[in-house]
Amino acid sequence: MADFSKESCPSVKNILLLDSEGKRVAVKYFSDDWSTNASKLAYEKSVFTKTLKTNARAEAEITLFDGYIVVYKFVHDLHFFVSAGDDENELILASVLNGFSDSVGLLLRGDVEKRTALENLDLILLCIDEIIDGGIILETDANTIAGKVATNAVDGSVPFSEQTISQALATAREHLARSLLK
Amino acid sequence: MAQPLVVKKDDDLDEEEYYSPFLGIEKGAVLQEARVFHDPQLDARRCCQVITKLLYLLNQGDTFTKVEATEVFFATTKLFQSKDAGLRRMVYLMIKELSPSADEVIIVTSSLMKDMNSKTDMYRANAIRVLCRIIDSTLLTQIERYLKQAIVDKNPVVASAALVSGIYLLQTSPEVVKRWSNEVQEAVQSRAALVQFHALALLHQIRQNDRLAVSKLVTSLTRGSVRSPLAQCLLIRYTSQVIRESSVSQGGDRPFFDFLESCLRNKAEMVILEAARAITELNGVTSRELTPAITVLQLFLSSSKPVLRFAAVRTLNKVASTHPLAVTNCNIDMESLISDQNRSIATLAITTLLKTGNESSVDRLMKQMTNFMSDIADEFKIVVVEAIRSLCLKFPLKYRSLMNFLSNILREEGGFEYKKAIVDSIIILIRDIPDAKESGLFHLCEFIEDCEFTYLSTQILHFLGNEGPKTADPSKYIRYIYNRVILENATVRASAVSTLAKFGALVDSLKPRIFVLLRRCLFDGDDEVRDRATLYLKLLGGEATVGDTEKDVNEFLFGSLDVPLVNLETSLRNYEPSDVPFDISSVPKETKSQPLTEKKSIGKKQTGPVSAVNGPVPTVDTSYERLLSSIPEFADFGKLFKSSAPVELTEAETEYSVNVVKHIYDGHVVLQYNCTNTIPEQLLEQVVVFVDASEAEEFSEVASKPLESLPFDSPGQTFVAFEKPEGVIATGKFSNILKFIVKEVDPSTGEAEDDGVEDEYQLEDLEIVSADYMLNVGVSNFRNAWESMDPESERVDEYGLGVRESLAEAVSAVISILGMQPCEGTDVVPSNSRSHTCLLSGVFIGNVKVLVRLSFGISAPKEVAMKLAVRSDDPEISDKIHEIVANG
Repeated sequence: MADFSKESCPSVKNILLLDSEGKRVAVKYFSDDWSTNASKLAYEKSVFTKTLKTNARAEAEITLFDGYIVVYKFVHDLHFFVSAGDDENELILASVLNGFSDSVGLLLRGDVEKRTALENLDLILLCIDEIIDGGIILETDANTIAGKVATNAVDGSVPFSEQTISQALATAREHLARSLLK
Repeated sequence: MAQPLVVKKDDDLDEEEYYSPFLGIEKGAVLQEARVFHDPQLDARRCCQVITKLLYLLNQGDTFTKVEATEVFFATTKLFQSKDAGLRRMVYLMIKELSPSADEVIIVTSSLMKDMNSKTDMYRANAIRVLCRIIDSTLLTQIERYLKQAIVDKNPVVASAALVSGIYLLQTSPEVVKRWSNEVQEAVQSRAALVQFHALALLHQIRQNDRLAVSKLVTSLTRGSVRSPLAQCLLIRYTSQVIRESSVSQGGDRPFFDFLESCLRNKAEMVILEAARAITELNGVTSRELTPAITVLQLFLSSSKPVLRFAAVRTLNKVASTHPLAVTNCNIDMESLISDQNRSIATLAITTLLKTGNESSVDRLMKQMTNFMSDIADEFKIVVVEAIRSLCLKFPLKYRSLMNFLSNILREEGGFEYKKAIVDSIIILIRDIPDAKESGLFHLCEFIEDCEFTYLSTQILHFLGNEGPKTADPSKYIRYIYNRVILENATVRASAVSTLAKFGALVDSLKPRIFVLLRRCLFDGDDEVRDRATLYLKLLGGEATVGDTEKDVNEFLFGSLDVPLVNLETSLRNYEPSDVPFDISSVPKETKSQPLTEKKSIGKKQTGPVSAVNGPVPTVDTSYERLLSSIPEFADFGKLFKSSAPVELTEAETEYSVNVVKHIYDGHVVLQYNCTNTIPEQLLEQVVVFVDASEAEEFSEVASKPLESLPFDSPGQTFVAFEKPEGVIATGKFSNILKFIVKEVDPSTGEAEDDGVEDEYQLEDLEIVSADYMLNVGVSNFRNAWESMDPESERVDEYGLGVRESLAEAVSAVISILGMQPCEGTDVVPSNSRSHTCLLSGVFIGNVKVLVRLSFGISAPKEVAMKLAVRSDDPEISDKIHEIVANG
């Protein structure tokens, strides 16, 4: 009868990847709460402005607004968001968010910034597709997600599959160190 | 559509120092580029880039026209020729984004089915997900076999893909997915964490309507075969659902509580949180049960992860509303969270402290709070306001500082919901704390001087009219009220006029001056304002026809409207101008929509279990009345007294679904069978219900109205009418058989064959009980209604109800036997209570108003005794009520 979301499967309402001005890099909505592009843009704008001043670099941050729980994380000039209904388990959402941002990190080989993300938009879109299907969580482990996406990388250079995860992480770390020294 | 995109990109040129691969992208050009998909020698890399561009456009909110989408779709299907894995993945994505129409789907089905059976697992998993998103139920039966195999595939990605698709398909083709139960059950035992999770989710959704099956599922799984954290979280949700639905044996241990408690020691934090939250939301949770959950949440409070702190403090905040003492142990950790960087956490911490704190800490907390009110969102401000309201009611002596705080924030910027929360709080404080009245009213007056919300202004004016005249110096409010007449919009002006009239009616010394002000309102530009002013002038001057005495005038001004506005509105709409004046007493008084909205708000605000879900309220639906009076056979049965809620006579999802509505007249009963044919290949004709009334002696069948034809999925009605002795509460059991002629329908043409076969279908039995003769009509003030009834009509008796499961169960049983409306929320029995009083009201057939006062008591061995007192317009009916209970 009364179908309380509490009793059903954990579900995600949207995944957003915005740039440092709040513009779309890649977004995916799984809920009918936003039926038009205008309402989606409005949601993105309010999420972006409400979280802008916070420091979500080291750890994922969280907020509650308009009846949604939003967990988010900023890496370089990219802002990652995952939203769900306000009675969702926050830690499940955080695991989705971390799966998303970490796998993007692996796929972009540590070079997590808007430019690289746009250059590899196909990977980002595939990555979202491997994390959530119709609101249901498919996978949250960053290595698995990146593995699934990268076996198909069309990028002619070094196929991702030939690079081990530890190598990828090493590149990521190196890149991070470089960006800190800048 | 494409044009603005280009312009926007050009604007960005200066800001973006780097080159974006999508700079200056334009839809028309990309669609041109998509021609490469038709090349005989496919360049996989180039095609991939074009698809990415197309997806980029869609992602930015660009849309394709129908023609464009079809063109792109057909071009994309060509790409199945390429063997490039990466390109194939992009093709999958593209097809999902385009969501092709049914006739387009057929083109890709074979390619996707080939991929579904390919050797590459990644192809298989993705092809399953794509195919299930786009096919319809007829195609689904063709691939069902493969999906069943995929569910138990040894590759977890393939299995998960099939299971997740199953969850999706269950909404559109439940009957197909339900056949997969065995495979899904096997997948629950999978070693792969996510397969376990997806399988459990699907299995539960397949069985969710079957309580027993869910209960069995939980019983078997809580013994420990589930390891994946996500699956554990699901299991916890299902377990608390089972706990909620099973009746708690009082004093004894709650079933499955051990399982929830063991989850608090799980390795995964998400499982710990889920379990702790489930425990705190248990119905009537005891402090002993709460303690372990509070302890783990307390540990989370000092975590370095904001998400964890937020989750913990949010849960504790909720617990603090009902069990403040259980949370006091966390106060020290909470205090340190007040300065948390995350404002959401800080707000929740401070409001928790407000709920658990003592009187001495109030002032200190208020000071801390003023600092950060300005930089939190409205939602949180409302939380704070509500916390302050309950605090004020707890410590009435502190009202001065709390009221000051409320009036300060009332003056600041804020949205409607926030302002409304503040105004509501002030009004509640004025009502409950007499000392706060003068200052509270003053703050409200100040507020309406500069209030942008019409709703709030009228609410305050109304309240002012009721409370203002009773203060020591009513005259000081007049200025604020009259300012509204000068400055505001018509709605506010009209309610200001009403408020003035109330002052005039209650305060004699002000009357002459009010007259002057009201007369000025006669020149207002708005009809309603002028009408009201005229009415009140006459009324106060004693010229109007409302009543002769001053008491009648006051009753008119201050008395509340005792019919729901929605019902009044529908009645007025139905009223046709004639010589007969509109009779307000003909407006139905039951509040049909009320329980619904209430339920909604509960569901939204507190995520906890909603106790006692109200059944649908039966009502004299005007649509039924119209329908029945249009049938000549039933036209002379008189006025319809009551229509019951539909009673299902078939199991859910059978071939034919039938429910029945009982329409009760003084001397007749009409049974309305609502039938739905759920088989697309069949057309039913001459549908009639054969009713055997041998077990209902007082009823005799007088008419039957068959249904000519019942095509697939378009509901139709057939009726059977019975005569019964007037004034007798005739009850009985009816057995029903659905008889019809069935004709085969060719699904492709939709045409039925000429020859049909007679067939019948057994339906469940139907009973007419005494409750069917009772309309459950509520009264707003039970005590007043009770005292206004003739004490002579009262009949009192005592009954022993024998051993019952619980007091609540006994109360709801008696309510359902009588079919009356519980008043003032007395149908809810607090857990652990040993006695309970329940107030019921209703209208019995023949339009006899009945009120019932039930007093229950339960003894240690669960022996329940009940005292029943009835008052009604007719003492004979009072006796009948006792008869009903005695026979029930």
